[in-house]
Amino acid sequence: MKAAVVVFPGSNCDRDTKVAIERATGAQVHMVWHAETELPAGLDLIVLPGGFAYGDYLRCGAMAALSPVMVEVRASAERGVAVAGICNGFQVLCEARMLPGALLRNAGLKYVCKPVELEVANGNTRFTAAFGGRRRAVMTVGHGEGNYFADPETLDRLEGQGQVVFRYRDNPNGSARDIAGIMSERGNVLGMMPHPDRAFEPELGSSDGALLFQSVLASA
Amino acid sequence: MAASAQTMAETAAEFGLKPDEYALIVRRLNREPNLVELGVFSVMWSEHCSYKSSRVQLAKLPTAGARVIQGPGENAGVVDIGDGQACVFKMESHNHPSYIEPYQGAATGVGGIMRDVFTMGARPIALLNALRFGDPSHPKTRRLVSGVVSGIAGYGNCVGVPTVGGETNFHRGYDGNILVNAMCVGLADADKIFYAAAPAAGLPVVYFGSKTGRDGIHGATMASAEFGEDSDEKRPTVQVGDPFAEKLLIEATLELMASGAVAAIQDMGAAGLTSSSVEMAGKGGVGVELDLDLVPQREEAMSAYEMMLSESQERMLAILKPGREADGRRIFEKWGLDAAVIGRTTDTGRLVLRRSGEVVCDIPLAPLTEDAPRLERPWVEPQVPARLDPAEVPAPDDWEAAVLKLMSCPDVASKRWVWEQYDRHVMADTLEESATGADAAVVRVHGTRKALALTSDCTPRYVAANPFEGGKQAVAEAWRNLTAVGADPIAVTDNLNFGNPEKPEIMGQIARAVDGMAEACRALDFPVVSGNVSLYNETGGAAIPPTPTVGAVGLIPDYGLRADFASMKAGQALLLVGVSHGELGASLYLREVLGREAGAPPPVDLELERRAGDFVRGLIRGGQVSSVHDLSDGGLVAAAAEMALASGVGVELAPTSATHAHAFLFGEDQGRYLVAASDPEPIIAAGRAGGLNIALAGQAGGADFACHALFRIPLARLRLANEAWMPAYMDEA
Repeated sequence: MKAAVVVFPGSNCDRDTKVAIERATGAQVHMVWHAETELPAGLDLIVLPGGFAYGDYLRCGAMAALSPVMVEVRASAERGVAVAGICNGFQVLCEARMLPGALLRNAGLKYVCKPVELEVANGNTRFTAAFGGRRRAVMTVGHGEGNYFADPETLDRLEGQGQVVFRYRDNPNGSARDIAGIMSERGNVLGMMPHPDRAFEPELGSSDGALLFQSVLASA
Repeated sequence: MAASAQTMAETAAEFGLKPDEYALIVRRLNREPNLVELGVFSVMWSEHCSYKSSRVQLAKLPTAGARVIQGPGENAGVVDIGDGQACVFKMESHNHPSYIEPYQGAATGVGGIMRDVFTMGARPIALLNALRFGDPSHPKTRRLVSGVVSGIAGYGNCVGVPTVGGETNFHRGYDGNILVNAMCVGLADADKIFYAAAPAAGLPVVYFGSKTGRDGIHGATMASAEFGEDSDEKRPTVQVGDPFAEKLLIEATLELMASGAVAAIQDMGAAGLTSSSVEMAGKGGVGVELDLDLVPQREEAMSAYEMMLSESQERMLAILKPGREADGRRIFEKWGLDAAVIGRTTDTGRLVLRRSGEVVCDIPLAPLTEDAPRLERPWVEPQVPARLDPAEVPAPDDWEAAVLKLMSCPDVASKRWVWEQYDRHVMADTLEESATGADAAVVRVHGTRKALALTSDCTPRYVAANPFEGGKQAVAEAWRNLTAVGADPIAVTDNLNFGNPEKPEIMGQIARAVDGMAEACRALDFPVVSGNVSLYNETGGAAIPPTPTVGAVGLIPDYGLRADFASMKAGQALLLVGVSHGELGASLYLREVLGREAGAPPPVDLELERRAGDFVRGLIRGGQVSSVHDLSDGGLVAAAAEMALASGVGVELAPTSATHAHAFLFGEDQGRYLVAASDPEPIIAAGRAGGLNIALAGQAGGADFACHALFRIPLARLRLANEAWMPAYMDEA
């Protein structure tokens, strides 16, 4: 099992994500600098971590989506490699058009950091298989722009095709249809605002995030 | 000549230099300074940089201890936390800028204190903020709260350091001068601490980070003056922060240090390039020569004066080891930072600056630091009120209303509105934070079973009533909060916020508060390792309440054995450890319920404080208790109510005295803890055997917060009262 965490200038959950994957799965985790044009061979998972890539002074994730490493990330996804974008990484995936929709400013207009209860809306994905039929999960969110938006047709399609992976039970940011995480049609690209990388052992209040990494790396 | 000398003397006065200070400069130089030189002297001798009014007082604080690696005098204090690891920490104020421009003022306060910590080789791992605002009804308060909180959030969240704790108080005494005290805690290898002192002559001086602009010129001087009617016009002196640049700066600095290229390093904080170059050369006993043409500049045609006094943010100055420039270049390029070798250290002991090929400053370094004024300012003993006899303080007419009023008053009400805007979890090592219900934040030492306990404390109404006892209390409460989570308190950083020290009564507050702090630090083996002084917090001649904020760090050897106050279980007994006389002077009950601010604050018996604390810590370490809360603002009622709310379990309190139940329930006697115990008898016996007062104060269970015949409040109602105030206040148009 082999994973890579992309480090953009301004990423700040890169180490957390590496530690979470290692603790949860024992996988080998490579840190890949945004300027790289090649990824390590034989990756089972690529994670775009949380943070403020390039400061997010433009739209969140807009500059990172154009960063050199993203060419290979996109190519890997097209080959079927699992790609997960967490928080800022989700914003990057939407800006890169690897996932539909966009993440707008929170409905409350403020950054919000708190534990949230999630519904595992689809337990039969590469990212949720290890939840084993569990429908509830707890993770924390920490973002100012997590308000998921897409047009009604896209939302219907996401729901109809089981692409909504996680929903908030108590929506913290105004996301359309309480969406906390979605995946691509093919099911190998996931984007989510809650942080599995901050929920990988009981001391952190939840170890539900470990199940996500276990799901994807066990399926590899 | 006479005309020009007069002009320069007048300029000196405008820069905040007193006539005798200007005369001293002329004596040291044997000539009139030019404008650049005058600027350098004026910022180095400003209150902010020279601590001229407070140095004599600060010398009274104990600074040594078994765990102290570096005490005051460097960018931050350093303490040993075992296994070759060190904790680096400091608290600093950004009061004046935050009042003028709350978002940027607070943001750059956070940025500045982080730089102080990573400049010493530590990775920042936690932030705390102690905030004091004016009365909620003051027209400016809401906007200031909103701006300061989003400024802290905007900066800390982006950089990726969790904001785990702090305090937020409101009082009309801060209407014209709010306080924003930011604390940063970092982690380093004990043998890889970096210092400012330039080790030798002939070494390259490297500037890296953001470019220099015209922002913040004379910020240090602004922070050393009172506000008048025109304080809003000082906005141009407030700097603008760029947290993305700070994040890059942290990574580049730590990488540069790890490469082995750094001989000395200093961030550019107050007084920017001036103080960083002067301190590096001055501490190293060498000289420094800079070519200002080489400084990366954001604006065109900046003068030497502007560049030396600019307080543009996110900038560092490093002295590299010989021949290591290439390491620097590689790292700065990777992180996309501007960088340039702007000069060299020399053996002349002088600061020499060139601009466009001309020498624009050539002055000896020694007077800048050694001759910095060190004032024995006159002070008068503060007038202190007498103790309030509890019998003279009426009980509430309506107990239920009084409890709800206390729990919803601005100082006690939940600050969820504030801390939910802070990323408290990034770095994935936060165990206790503002939301979890614990007396101190707890952050793991990454990759170990150890954890650091962090707190910031001050009760300004106590210090206002009696500076000596209030100073003692601030230290004791910090020590108590660390103890209540099971930590060994290690050391203190202090942030002394006061009014104009030229007034003997203000100087009296400073002198006596520091005396009290020093006494408590000594008695509790709790040395001061870093700190900051903010004076002239006055507007229109009215000073803030004296506010010596204490930031403190403790060590938990194994985080599996710690306590919070959110884990109390139904059926557990609540034990009160410590002596209760029913001290209601300067209490929240008196202020919030009876509308009086009077009486002496509760005295702190430091010997009892220590014994009670050691006993409670022993219970936690022994695994006998895991739910502990110290008693502070609002006394037993507030402590028990907070435990009930955090744990989601009701409490029935049992007053021991029927005649003065209100004094027992609302009294703020010091050195006390509330401990939830499943098996109370052995604990009571052990406490009494150790000569402590320990008694049953109540029982956990049910869904009400109650005290026999006096009051019975459903937890849901209590929670609403506690949670509703702040969001309602902030949402009011």
